[in-house]
Amino acid sequence: MIKVIAGRLLQLIPVLWIILTLTFFMTKIVPGGPFSAERQATPEVIAQLNAYYGLDKPVWQQYLGYLSKVVRFDFGPSYTYQSESVNEVIGRAFPISLQIGTLAFCIALVIGATAGVIAAVNKNKLLDYLPMSISMLGICLPTFVLGPIFALVFGLVLKLAPVSGWYGLNYVPLHPAVMPAVTLGLFYAAYIARLTRGGMLDILNQDFIRTARAKGVPEHEIILRHALRGGLLPVVAFLGPCFAGLISGSFVVEKVFNVPGLGQEFIKSVFNRDYPLILGTVVFFGALIVIFNLVSDVVQLLLDPRSRN
Amino acid sequence: MSSAMRTVIGLIAVLFAGVLVWMFARGTATDRSSYSLTLREANRNKILLLTVGSEPRTLDPQAAQGVTEHHIIMAMIEGLVAPSINDQAKVVPGMADRWEHNDDYSVWTFHIGEDRKWSNGDPVTAHDFVFSYKRMLTASFGAQYAENLYILKGAEEYYRGQTRNFDDVGVKAIDDHNLRIELVGPTPYLLSLVQHDSWLPINPKTILKFGNIDTRDTKWTHAGNYVANGPFLMKTWRPNDVIEVVRNPLYWDAANVKLNGINFYSIENSNTAGRAFQAGQLHKTDQVSLDKVPYYRRVHPELIRIDPYEGVYFYRINISRKALDNPKVRLALNLAIDRDAIVKNILREDQKPATGFTPPGMGDYTPLNKITYDPERARQLLAEAGYPKGKGFPKFTIHFNTLESHRAIAEAIQQMWKEELGIDVTLENQEWKVYLDTQNSMNYDISRSAWIGDFMDPVTFLSMWTAGNGNNNTHWANSKYDALIEQAARTGDPKTRLDILHRAEELFLSELPVVLVYWYTNTYLVQPSVQNWYPLVLGNHNYKFINLKDEFERAK
Amino acid sequence: MRDSAPAAPFADPVPVQGESLERGSSLWRDAWLRLQKNRIALFGLWTFMLIAILCLGGPFFTGYSYESTEISLKASAPLERIVLRTEFRKVGEPRESYLALSSLEDEFLGRSPAERRAIKERVQNGNEFREGNAAYRLSNQRHVFGTDPLGRDLLTRALIGGRISLAVGFAATLVSIAIGVVWGAAAGFAGGKVDTVMMRFADILYALPFTVIVILLMVMFGRNFVLLFVAIGAVEWLNMSRIVRGQIIALKNQEFIEAAISLGLPAYRIMFRHLIPNVMGSIIIYTTLTVPNVMLLEAVLSFLGLGVQPPLSSWGVLIDEGSRTMETSPWLLFFPAVFFTLTLFSLNFLGDGLRDALDPKSSKD
Repeated sequence: MIKVIAGRLLQLIPVLWIILTLTFFMTKIVPGGPFSAERQATPEVIAQLNAYYGLDKPVWQQYLGYLSKVVRFDFGPSYTYQSESVNEVIGRAFPISLQIGTLAFCIALVIGATAGVIAAVNKNKLLDYLPMSISMLGICLPTFVLGPIFALVFGLVLKLAPVSGWYGLNYVPLHPAVMPAVTLGLFYAAYIARLTRGGMLDILNQDFIRTARAKGVPEHEIILRHALRGGLLPVVAFLGPCFAGLISGSFVVEKVFNVPGLGQEFIKSVFNRDYPLILGTVVFFGALIVIFNLVSDVVQLLLDPRSRN
Repeated sequence: MSSAMRTVIGLIAVLFAGVLVWMFARGTATDRSSYSLTLREANRNKILLLTVGSEPRTLDPQAAQGVTEHHIIMAMIEGLVAPSINDQAKVVPGMADRWEHNDDYSVWTFHIGEDRKWSNGDPVTAHDFVFSYKRMLTASFGAQYAENLYILKGAEEYYRGQTRNFDDVGVKAIDDHNLRIELVGPTPYLLSLVQHDSWLPINPKTILKFGNIDTRDTKWTHAGNYVANGPFLMKTWRPNDVIEVVRNPLYWDAANVKLNGINFYSIENSNTAGRAFQAGQLHKTDQVSLDKVPYYRRVHPELIRIDPYEGVYFYRINISRKALDNPKVRLALNLAIDRDAIVKNILREDQKPATGFTPPGMGDYTPLNKITYDPERARQLLAEAGYPKGKGFPKFTIHFNTLESHRAIAEAIQQMWKEELGIDVTLENQEWKVYLDTQNSMNYDISRSAWIGDFMDPVTFLSMWTAGNGNNNTHWANSKYDALIEQAARTGDPKTRLDILHRAEELFLSELPVVLVYWYTNTYLVQPSVQNWYPLVLGNHNYKFINLKDEFERAK
Repeated sequence: MRDSAPAAPFADPVPVQGESLERGSSLWRDAWLRLQKNRIALFGLWTFMLIAILCLGGPFFTGYSYESTEISLKASAPLERIVLRTEFRKVGEPRESYLALSSLEDEFLGRSPAERRAIKERVQNGNEFREGNAAYRLSNQRHVFGTDPLGRDLLTRALIGGRISLAVGFAATLVSIAIGVVWGAAAGFAGGKVDTVMMRFADILYALPFTVIVILLMVMFGRNFVLLFVAIGAVEWLNMSRIVRGQIIALKNQEFIEAAISLGLPAYRIMFRHLIPNVMGSIIIYTTLTVPNVMLLEAVLSFLGLGVQPPLSSWGVLIDEGSRTMETSPWLLFFPAVFFTLTLFSLNFLGDGLRDALDPKSSKD
């Protein structure tokens, strides 16, 4: 087991390197540079800035220079935040996305798994259709619709949550992470509910379950002991990308609730062609995703003996 | 249940519980700093809560590029003169308490008041200004708008490295308190010009503490390092959230500053800003979403303001394309647009249809009234140009960057051209940088554009159309036009000068390398408790005059 | 179907072709039969077909264009009465434009409120009101769903939007299934190094910034909506492959697979005939989850300005536009959202039904 984990962690390095290289060259091909503005600066100024940031060198040289800094964990200066380095930007924005993502994850898991279990157990009855239909709503209403609706209801009308901002908003009871997390979490809760239900039904239809029932094993034990584990398997496989997706900040909720997280920074950096920040966040997200996939695979192995070789 | 399963579930439960506890417990831990204000407290403590739009990229005046940055910097750094309370064309003393100029406005002398100080105790001297302009004109610093200072004698040569000695540039500190500015030509509008970011002073000691005169991107702009000479000082800067400034006790006119502080919130989305205003988090927004304007005008007219603004919304025409190279065609395109309908039905903020290029409000300059809505004449012109009823007219694309109003206007114009002229255009919205690229490399047919005036003189709208100007981007060039602009730059008498510029614009409007749409307004929401926020056409308010009424005002 | 004719006692025991033979029933045929018994799934199927047909053909029958603007009409409410304004001009045809009855008073802001109301009532009662060179009269136009801020009929736009959304949804999903299932199954079945490399490759692709890829593609190949669903499909397959791989890994150690291997069946046969059909349930469920995801992704891209070009629209764009103005014109959000939700619901119920129908074990209950 340890060997497997160590092996996967080592694989992180070539994977990140490939991510870095591919993104680097992609950003170079996309048109538009960091210094163009509605009001054009003179060509000399642009040349000057390009020289300062090393953008006038040949691409492969820029690439190598960048790579040599990255191995020392230096991702360079941000073009958008002119007095901050990329590391500093990620350092201040990520904790915010992390808080929202973690909360959303918990909400998604708890609500989703519970709904899925109830639905599976009461298959084709009201208690199946109801949770499944509600969870469908979670998928159908995009975050950029649910978000403003929640902001309206919980922020303006009920005055429970802040409408915008992150720091020091003490005059409402709920922390600014809550509404974004709920908006985001409901979306993934719907997915998880369906996966759980599907997985559990797969188990519940199998022969050994009928045997157990025939033997008189109480229903709740059947569910908790056997079905649940199988039900959670597809969920666990999904958890890796799920958590990574949540953490990438779902920039839409960050934008709607105006929260200074990393997702918003990333999208802004793409639109501003802030190459160091784009690359820094991509590598950072990439590492997160790979690590979470690893965690999810490990948990899967632990839970399902069938997948052990 | 297996132990593995139990562990997993247990971990998740712990995680969840921890998050819940942390979420509700944080109330006790955070300090009740000034930005957790409700309107009532803010009014009582005289803290103005505003949003200025997106996060500023820098607060270094020489590196700043936009309106957002300017509005924040203005609170902390004051230039030679400052905006007056209710007339954008007038000024009040800033760092300079008196000034004079020669007959043709080409040499100005400013006297720096002896009581002007920086927030670190240093006196403000004329040398500070020389240092700041030198920094701006040092090529290795890479100031994006260095060319704003080319109007100084010898500045362009210094920037390009043709001269090495900054003494050759037309700005001199005669002594500690007298600054002499020599310009390349008559500049009657200098007082408006020197309020712009590029002309603001910075404290040399602070800059040099963090690097050389030309070191970019240092941390001098961070809270705690930022040295100011204006009414306010920077207290905190939380990126993408809020910038707090508080009263500067060393400001020379601190006694007359009414507010105790300002919080600049960075909120890009107009819907979010509107909600924050309604929730009582802001005194003033910087925009209002299109669909809410009629609601506010009808139900809460006391909360919405629509001020005239020095900006023009237009489409650039790439006149090198076939058919678009014919001035008759361009005029036809302009005459076929019902601007009143667009302003009334889509924008609804009392914008003025643009009948010329330079908007009204530029002091004594009379805006031109040449372009109207005349579809009959448009059809006639198009036929004369060889495309009767639009037959044979090539298909063009209107490029614009992604924004709801740009799309709505483009769709309306597309429809109008189809109905009135019988021509077909397609629309393409592009992401911001791609759009800029398209425009700057002139790879477009028709491109949406806008221009906001920098200072109170029509030349800020007209100088961009000279041949080869970086902001022209239409292939249009007319030597007569260039000659007129140059002549104006050499004319000392303000009235004559404006006449020349008027003629230049007439020439421009007869060739029309643009499609005129409307002249901007500045629409925003503001609480009645905010006092002295007069309508100013550049939107540059002197914060020292702003006050808050100390009574409870609730937003609807 | 059994033939009821009894076999003659001394007849040839070899069964006759056709009806006298009990027809061997394949998995799929059983599934179809089972599906037909599932009411909700059928409801989903028919609703979805109805919506699809409406979107394909509907726009021709509404009588309105999806792109022709009528800006004086603005965003009128559903079924609101529309006023026709005819302006007589000195030269040429009189110009006709439409206004909502509720905004008629705004035309006469110079007059007193009492006068304005009187004018409105006059027009409302079917009379004509003339002022200057303009005449106002009630028209017969009705917009069932109201109009958007540019005066375009929302019903027509919603149907056109449906065409785009459905096209993108299905095309992208097909792309993602094709790649994802094969990839995930191959990786799961092969195991070992091949598995590692394949899944790491998927990880890399997943970590790539989706926005950058799409911007790049959009710019290099032009704003083409075919490209849109290839790009989206190319991202969605990653999740599908992970799910499939997980299930395959769980299955491949089962005895029937070991049996197949020991029988010497080639890998592709095992994969396609034995493994994949068994994970069909998960694939179908995940597909019904992918289609809405794709549609939403397309909406988010439009939110960023990278989706379909105006005047074309999609449900995602309509919902986005509607959510911006939901306080003043809720119908702009409501109707596209209803279409969107109904489609997703139908697809899901259908998906569930298919899943239940395809699971051979459920027939024993």
